[in-house]
Amino acid sequence: MFSLEQLKKSLLVSLWFAFLTFPLLVIKVDPIQRTVLWRWENMVLVAIGSFLVSLLVRVFNQHQERRRERRAAGGIAEREPLIQVILREPKYLYPLSAAVLLCSLIFPHLVSTYQTNILITALMYVMLGLGLNIVVGLAGLLDLGYVAFYAVGAYSYALLNYHFDVGFWMALPIGALLAAMFGVLLGFPVLRLRGDYLAIVTLGFGEIIRLILENWNEFSQGPSGISNIPRPGFFGVELSLESAILYLYYIMIAMVIFTIFVVNRLQDSRIGRAWVALREDEIACQAMGIDKRKTKLTAFALGATWAGMVGVIFAAKTTFINPASFTFLESAIILCIVVLGGMGSIFGVIVGALVLILLPEYLRALSDYRMLAFGAVLVTMMIFRPQGVVANIRRSYQFRANPDGEGQ
Amino acid sequence: MLELRDVHTYYGNIQALKGITLEIRNGEIITLIGANGAGKSSTLMSICGVAPPRSGEILFRGEPITRMSPDHIVSLGVCQVPEGRHIFPQLTVQENLDMGAFLRTDKEEIRRDLEYVFSLFPILAERRAQAGGTLSGGEQQMLAMSRALMARPQLLLLDEPSMGLAPLIIRQIFEIIKKINQEQDTTIFLVEQNANQALQIADRGYVIENGTITISDTAENLLANSDVQKAYLGI
Repeated sequence: MFSLEQLKKSLLVSLWFAFLTFPLLVIKVDPIQRTVLWRWENMVLVAIGSFLVSLLVRVFNQHQERRRERRAAGGIAEREPLIQVILREPKYLYPLSAAVLLCSLIFPHLVSTYQTNILITALMYVMLGLGLNIVVGLAGLLDLGYVAFYAVGAYSYALLNYHFDVGFWMALPIGALLAAMFGVLLGFPVLRLRGDYLAIVTLGFGEIIRLILENWNEFSQGPSGISNIPRPGFFGVELSLESAILYLYYIMIAMVIFTIFVVNRLQDSRIGRAWVALREDEIACQAMGIDKRKTKLTAFALGATWAGMVGVIFAAKTTFINPASFTFLESAIILCIVVLGGMGSIFGVIVGALVLILLPEYLRALSDYRMLAFGAVLVTMMIFRPQGVVANIRRSYQFRANPDGEGQ
Repeated sequence: MLELRDVHTYYGNIQALKGITLEIRNGEIITLIGANGAGKSSTLMSICGVAPPRSGEILFRGEPITRMSPDHIVSLGVCQVPEGRHIFPQLTVQENLDMGAFLRTDKEEIRRDLEYVFSLFPILAERRAQAGGTLSGGEQQMLAMSRALMARPQLLLLDEPSMGLAPLIIRQIFEIIKKINQEQDTTIFLVEQNANQALQIADRGYVIENGTITISDTAENLLANSDVQKAYLGI
């Protein structure tokens, strides 16, 4: 069933894990009583556990490999994953999305307000993920400061409301526009950068925005933030807290559908193709007559637009914002959503956002080990499915041989 | 068709071109030969606007294009096949070709050009649904050339199409370059290290050394020139 070689490798893995977890799980120092507790039994457990897991993975991999070989030998084609079939065939896709939509529409009536609130957050991250997907997934520009645009949106609503009493629906397009402008602003200096350098500059940009908000007291009220931001109004009717949340939930559903529609159209458009080409090869892009500058700037601007809109919604949802909500960790989570879900794939990003936002919530049962489990899920995912939950299969043409030799 | 007048190009402080003057007439195949680092690719980069010259002038059909952006120059009908092919690895062959026609909107004509390209390189028609990165080197070169042809250029700039290819494939590629020139009436500017092959199909040639043109003559004369023979043909 398994060879000596596999046993040896798994043994090494278990030894390595025992060594790694040694300071955390074996030594327990009590500084008050000045005692050191050596919990060797933990080490044994870790060693045995990791040995078994590693062996299981190896056996599983071997099994998969064998099956693939047998298939190849038998001439049976690799089966397409079910999800890809569903996504490609409209006759499956449309009823399924209709069902999902229906479920999400009645969902808040079945569960508590708390659950609805969590789902609103998850939907916000779906939008953020889809926005960042334009920049990272399609155009291939690694943006680590995406949260800056989110902050711009949130603060534009908060400040406009504070000073000029601007309502939610007015602030939504203004926030989006301002974020897009900041996107272009960031885009200009980084036009010639790529890869690591681009990542560092965008990271810096994100921090700059946060630090400005934190320190420019006259402008943004500093770390104490802005409170009493009104929730979205419903044609002038005062809503109770519960119905306000419900209303926000439906707004989010509509916004997500709008986002999916727009991003989907963008992907297949001329500019979408230019983004993909830019991601693949910049030199070839120029040789094809694609305006590199314009393409990059539109990617940044359009990506930022979504962040700006979600920012406005975020401010309306929490009714209070301060710079602490816009740290680098946020950018990292949004990036995780895109990478984990599957770069460039809309469905993947949606799944990624739901998993990454809902998982920590429902892992609360694990209390202290929550973040550990979360981290473990991320690591395992990237090892076993580096292409993301749902890999992006771009639409491909089907060709039929035409008798008169005319291409399709 | 294309004229370079005393073009000086720099990369930062390093001077790559020290006064290039050359002329390409309508319908010709012109080749530029030279050693590594002589300035062959820099000449192309200057024409395309990727590395605009610091001084001097580049005229296309009598109009200066010296400081135009690369995409504008492409839209005028000057298309480049970059050195090292630079196809889009994850896009399919078909999508690569579609990208070539990025600036065009005439669907019928694009389809006709696609047919033409497939008739030039039947192997690409077979592989049209395959990702570009999975093609062999020769096929990638064919794809890069086809992609450039899809832009329907008046002037096609080829940067070392023979790089890293087997002799048999090289001969095939050069035959097709000649064919494109005759059938499509496309003017071709061919930058090559493989001087022998390039001069076989070219009308005229320029020899570049250290950023300056040292010899300019017809292809036959260059093939017979003893200096060229010694330096570039290995005779």
